[in-house]
Amino acid sequence: MTSNWITTRAWLLMLPLLIVMIAIIGWPLVDTVRLSFTDAKLVGTAGGFVGLDNYVKMLSGANFQRTLVTTTLFAVLSVAAEMVIGVLAALLLNQQFYGRSVLRALMILPWALPTVVNATLWRLIYNPEYGALNAALTQIGLLDTYRSWLGEPGTALTALIVADCWKNFPLVALIALAALQAVPRDITAASMVDGASAWARFRFVIMPYLAGPLMVALVLRTIEAFKVFDLIWVMTRGGPANSTRTLSILVYQEAFSFQRAGSGASLALIVTLLVTVLAVAYAALIRKSAGAS
Amino acid sequence: MERRSLTATILVHAAALLLAAVILAPVVWLFIMSISSTTDLITKPLRWWPETIDLSRYGVLLSSVANSAGEAFVASLFNSLKVAGMATAAALVVAIPSAWAVSRTPSVGWSLYAVIATYMLPPVALAVPLYMALSALGLLNNVFGLALVYLTILAPFTTWLMKSGFDSIPREIESAATVDGARLDQILRLITLPLAAPVMATAALFAFLLAWDEFFYALLFTSDQRAKTLTVAIADLAGGRVSDYGLIATAGVLAALPPLIIGLFMQRALISGLTNGGVKG
Amino acid sequence: MLKSIQTALLGATLLGAALASPAHAETKINALFMAQAAYSEADVRAMSEAFTKANPDVTVNLEFVPYEGLHDKTVLAQGSGGGYDVVLFDVIWPAEYATNKVLLDVSDKITGDMKTGVLTGAWTTVEYQGKRYGMPWILDTKYLFYNKEILEKAGIKNPPKTWAELTEQAKTIKDKGLLATPIAWSWSQAEAAICDYATLVSAYGGSFIKDGKPVFQSGGGLDALNYMVDSYKSGLTNPNSKEFLEEDVRRVFQNGEAAFALNWTYMYNMANDPKDSKVAGKVGVVPAPGIDGKSAVSAVNGSMGLGITSTSKHPDEAWKYIAFMTSQQTQNQYAKLSLPIWASSYTDPAVSKGQEELIAAAKQSLAVMYPRPTTPKYQELSTALQQAVQESLLGQAKPEDALKTAAANSGL
Repeated sequence: MTSNWITTRAWLLMLPLLIVMIAIIGWPLVDTVRLSFTDAKLVGTAGGFVGLDNYVKMLSGANFQRTLVTTTLFAVLSVAAEMVIGVLAALLLNQQFYGRSVLRALMILPWALPTVVNATLWRLIYNPEYGALNAALTQIGLLDTYRSWLGEPGTALTALIVADCWKNFPLVALIALAALQAVPRDITAASMVDGASAWARFRFVIMPYLAGPLMVALVLRTIEAFKVFDLIWVMTRGGPANSTRTLSILVYQEAFSFQRAGSGASLALIVTLLVTVLAVAYAALIRKSAGAS
Repeated sequence: MERRSLTATILVHAAALLLAAVILAPVVWLFIMSISSTTDLITKPLRWWPETIDLSRYGVLLSSVANSAGEAFVASLFNSLKVAGMATAAALVVAIPSAWAVSRTPSVGWSLYAVIATYMLPPVALAVPLYMALSALGLLNNVFGLALVYLTILAPFTTWLMKSGFDSIPREIESAATVDGARLDQILRLITLPLAAPVMATAALFAFLLAWDEFFYALLFTSDQRAKTLTVAIADLAGGRVSDYGLIATAGVLAALPPLIIGLFMQRALISGLTNGGVKG
Repeated sequence: MLKSIQTALLGATLLGAALASPAHAETKINALFMAQAAYSEADVRAMSEAFTKANPDVTVNLEFVPYEGLHDKTVLAQGSGGGYDVVLFDVIWPAEYATNKVLLDVSDKITGDMKTGVLTGAWTTVEYQGKRYGMPWILDTKYLFYNKEILEKAGIKNPPKTWAELTEQAKTIKDKGLLATPIAWSWSQAEAAICDYATLVSAYGGSFIKDGKPVFQSGGGLDALNYMVDSYKSGLTNPNSKEFLEEDVRRVFQNGEAAFALNWTYMYNMANDPKDSKVAGKVGVVPAPGIDGKSAVSAVNGSMGLGITSTSKHPDEAWKYIAFMTSQQTQNQYAKLSLPIWASSYTDPAVSKGQEELIAAAKQSLAVMYPRPTTPKYQELSTALQQAVQESLLGQAKPEDALKTAAANSGL
């Protein structure tokens, strides 16, 4: 078998996948680019060429800048919280205690709960009149009067982050736990003998094992958080006063509610570009940290 | 394991209890809401356990009476099953040969990275042309159309998982068989695929869960019982106008059951899939 | 010329349909409704069942979405060949739907009986530029509901006639310790907030658009928002109103936690149902108040109509269905959650029985229903206004500044 034939065979085997990907991802993406230079409506008018108008209009609009800040805040805060809580939970699950295997099994629950169900559940919990959060906090005595968690700009985004974090930190924990289990016993034991502090042990002995898997989780979660739609759509629809409106919601509004396919497409591409930059930056970071360790 | 002081042991157990409470409380509360009467759910102070257990909402949602709310819900349940099932099967069909090819032919590996990179595309970047295309093909509000669109998410993901699965099967087994004169299709069918069965199962589970969870495309591309999936049905219920919180919770419990069962029983497979993919990138 | 060809074609299709109907044993039509508010899902299902019983050759598939999804679903389904045949639409959408050809012009299908029998005001729900795009079905406006027991305990004899009186009475109730926050509104970032706002705009004699330009940022439009902000800041309004939709208002009112609430017709009989409500028998309803020297009562046109989509393959069956749903007989039979569009129904004792108070309020309110602006860009205008309302309530912007921004972002 010549290597030529092997390569050809590989391409042939990949053909179905490539055809599908070009049909449902490649072509739509190219068409989105085309649309972004037109004033096409969603249904009916095909629209004419308008150059960079859509991009200028979208980028200079106050809506876009504010939404970008909101999206970034949501992504950074929720992913950071998920990472920290996830690693702490993994360290705990790596200890010995009664019922450890049961708790490890339960960790899968939030992750398996469909996102829309999770959003609905938290929306009910945050209900200002009959929600469980208000009831619980009042009954413990932490709260005097019921609060409008999703109705105040100060708490709405935090409330969304908590809901997102609850669903996703267990995933981080499970990934980190698997990595922890790969840390050889004798290394930790040796560092104990050396009298290293708990923090130093974590930082210099355990962390190198965690870094790789966590980095991948970090990248995937950040990209997902940046694209967030379902959670916000179900819980707040971007309110109050647009304080939780993210980029995906803004694109939906522009392209589908207002039916401006052209400017919606340009906005979608701006979002795509931002996610790409993010991913490339991360990839560089991963390569660097892989080289270091 | 090192010996711990008593304080440390107590602390660890306390932390474990806290973690268990954090994980369980919302899920349990969802279930309690689904079996509480509306009166119990809107009393102040709130009752944490219903006075009488009310299972009637499960009957309402699972009823098959023609033209009822239950019929609509059950229809969306079946739509979700159909769409997720078809999309998973299609994803595996295209993913398995390409994942194997890339695993055995590193020189074409770059194409896989191109495929995986599409994972970061926000669905909004594809939604408008996909909408127009489905419309032109008459595939809007259609389970086949939606399953096709779900391939945009499932195909890259399953290919990625399958590739790391094939990587862990030693090539030597295959080359030994080649020397014995076996044809490629025989090798794949008799040796590689059986060895890769666990990975395939994991990939299928993941794909199914991803499709079951999907909301954005379903919201845009379906309009009624003929194709509307569970996630959209639930979002409709929770949209603000239904005031029976228990009914919303019941729908949530029913929609969550299949993935929760898969999650609890297939735990080991799922986690190994996650970490394999995670560690190897 | 074109018109006559269209008419001829229409005639031909009608004829064809008439001839073909025995051969086609069954036609399926799909109809889109909203879940909750006005007719309940159960009502709509029962009405449709009655229709299929009378027309065994037609079956109707019903789809219910929240009001918030109604517009987008209708628009998005346009691209699908076998989409909806009949859609429920809000009074604010005919302009956009007509411009984008979402709905069929049904002016020719409306019979003389319909023209004379239906209340004049109801027709505005389905009209744009002199053409009719459906039949009015839900004739609705926001009323002021009050809890009779609480008012009595507070020593208040008559419900408020002006918005200033509403504030006073709410203050009395609060001061006597009967309720901490007596008024409930639906001020969530949604169309519901604009309906409450429009009610107040009509009370203050303001307007939304003049000569195609927004004018709500001064005069009555500004007074209306100022009233909302004052009521919110004074603590007389339930602060959670800013995330309430109509159903949340109903829950709170039914639970006896609001003395006053602004809501649609449907709340009257629901809140009076002892099965689900703690305030059954204590529900009072009057038209939304007026402003001294400006208006006696105020009302927003919150009506909705049923129309045929331009993509429907069965427009004749669809029209038959609409005619049935909007018929006086059907509407009189289900007059508890939504009142009929037919003038003579209001003097029919069978309709008013058990809801005399509501009918009395309706007679006053329906006569002065104030329209939200008619423009193809309504969705954008409303989105901008919703933001202005919320920012003002939350103290992020002064009402005048918020409305100015809204005017700039309204797309007009």
